[in-house]
Amino acid sequence: MSAGIKVRDDDLFRYALRLGDLSLVVGQRLGEWVGHSPALEEDLGLANMALDLIGQARLLLGYAGEIEGRGRDEDQLAFLREHGEYLNPTLAEQPNGDFALTIVRQVLIDAFQLELYERLTASTDERLAAIAAKAVKETRYHLRYSGGWLVRLGDGTLESRARTSSALERLWSFTAELFAEDEVDRAMADRGIAPRLADVQKAWNARIDALLAEATLERPPDRPFQWFGKQGAHSEHLGYMLTEMQYMQRTYPGARW
Amino acid sequence: MEDKHQWPLYEVFVRSRGGLDHKHAGSLHAADARMALEHARDLYTRRQEGVSLWVVRSTDITASDPVDADSLFEPARDKVYRHPTFYDIPDEVKTL
Repeated sequence: MSAGIKVRDDDLFRYALRLGDLSLVVGQRLGEWVGHSPALEEDLGLANMALDLIGQARLLLGYAGEIEGRGRDEDQLAFLREHGEYLNPTLAEQPNGDFALTIVRQVLIDAFQLELYERLTASTDERLAAIAAKAVKETRYHLRYSGGWLVRLGDGTLESRARTSSALERLWSFTAELFAEDEVDRAMADRGIAPRLADVQKAWNARIDALLAEATLERPPDRPFQWFGKQGAHSEHLGYMLTEMQYMQRTYPGARW
Repeated sequence: MEDKHQWPLYEVFVRSRGGLDHKHAGSLHAADARMALEHARDLYTRRQEGVSLWVVRSTDITASDPVDADSLFEPARDKVYRHPTFYDIPDEVKTL
């Protein structure tokens, strides 16, 4: 990270990056579906969600840049950081796979963001509270969309059910990281800026269990294995994604739309 | 027999603001009604076009046959007295 460089409020800076990077990375992943979705209507649906998420990332990264106080704006933070400086949970960067994998990833993340944003609307940090108030409406729709698909696929044909179960199995081990509290999370909760992750986890569990029951899918067992994307240690997939995402800004520095 | 490889067609009706009617906006494919509503939201209200949506399976609409148009609509043509054109409309009434 920005070791050796003084940031005015390093904990809050990192926390805002975590929230922003989660939206940015999963938004970029959803954008990869454009032109490849199983139906034109889904193409628009996924792109629509991607745009919501990138909108959230703009607000959050813009705020992070202000907290950092070194003159970096949302674009510089989004497109010119190195691999290890991204602080999204590892789940967000997992490749799209088939439609079932994308939907399962989306359900797990939507439910997490929904529980988080709902609580962040009461944050002592007014900017984060305002961003959360806007994002929570979008996220409620995202979960409605992804949850609807989870039920349709899980309780669907033998093929869709098999694919959805295997996606759930594959992605489940990334969920523990969402709730693994570290010193940043603790500091944010102590200051009333962010909710306790244990509370978020409880609510997330209830929401996910209800959705899985409706989709007639079995919840995979929790595994102790941990990922550390939130601290900047990512899976091999993020680098490839960033190469594509950052290409334009690195080839034509400062290029504007 | 329903085509298993193509989702059924739905017709979309959008109410642009409170007090106005739902108007036909277009159609889309969806596997079920809930998905049709979500698609309608993403396709037809992305530029703030609406505050309410209806979707209905296209096959559930019974339409008049264009071949019958003459017998259905021609007879009304010579009955101009059905238009209340003989009323004086006050200037203050704008939207009649």
